[in-house]
Amino acid sequence: MQDVFQQLVWVALGSVLGGPARYFVSGFVGRRVGETFPWGTVAVNVSGAFAAGMIAAAAIGGVFPTSVAWQFAVTGFLGSYTTVSSFSLQTLALARDGQIMRAGGNVVLSLALCLSAVALGYISGSAALGVGAP
Amino acid sequence: MKPLEQARPGGRTLPETEAKQKDGARWRTARDTALIYLAVSLGSVIGSVLRAIASMAALAYLGPDFPWGTLFVNVLGSFVIGFYATLTGPGGRVFAGTRQRQFVMAGICGGFTTFSMFSLETFLLVQVGNLPAAGLNIGASIVTWLAAVWLGHILASRLNRLGGV
Repeated sequence: MQDVFQQLVWVALGSVLGGPARYFVSGFVGRRVGETFPWGTVAVNVSGAFAAGMIAAAAIGGVFPTSVAWQFAVTGFLGSYTTVSSFSLQTLALARDGQIMRAGGNVVLSLALCLSAVALGYISGSAALGVGAP
Repeated sequence: MKPLEQARPGGRTLPETEAKQKDGARWRTARDTALIYLAVSLGSVIGSVLRAIASMAALAYLGPDFPWGTLFVNVLGSFVIGFYATLTGPGGRVFAGTRQRQFVMAGICGGFTTFSMFSLETFLLVQVGNLPAAGLNIGASIVTWLAAVWLGHILASRLNRLGGV
């Protein structure tokens, strides 16, 4: 129980930073490229997936220290940095607006880019650290 | 600007007063932005800790074969954001200011749901050669996320149209 509590504290510490980081990055990207397509959410989800892949490679290779660091960086920071709720809401908004192509594009693009990014992060992380060949 | 000019019979505001007003407006904007970030941060902590508990519980009770915990939080978070956004949006029956909306939507829902864990868990299923589970996770996730946000929106729309207070 003590262990669970300690892990939750690290999750909380990571998410204190992760949520505002998402708010900043998605807002920044949205203002730069326009709000007609949810590029801001795509940007945080893709970059977060890439980082998660890298850290997973390090963890599986044994170079990422402890489960506490994982709770902080992955469950806490990256978990709250990336978001499904905004993705869902924005896809629904596009669909309700009659922009079916954009709604479908958001789904396909988000899935394709995030899954590629996590694989790419994992592969580059493994290569950089010389561990856990994919 | 107008009331001040009226207050001064001369019809001109002093330069210092204008500068002070601009400073005041700038300070208020900075303060509002900081408070929104604070709200998002606090909401994210609540959402993330709840997500971590859900993941631990799913792992303990349902095992490590399929990422049920992540699927659960993403579906529930999508439902809540769809419901809340419509309930407090234009024409909604509940009023919520910007800070409160960002606390719930960008904070709690954003911190509760996670695209990175979904991506990573799908990738790890592929890596261990469990392609059916990986495909199922992708298909089930996208369908249930979107169904949940739509259901939340529909329910809140119904509530918005109900009579009474």
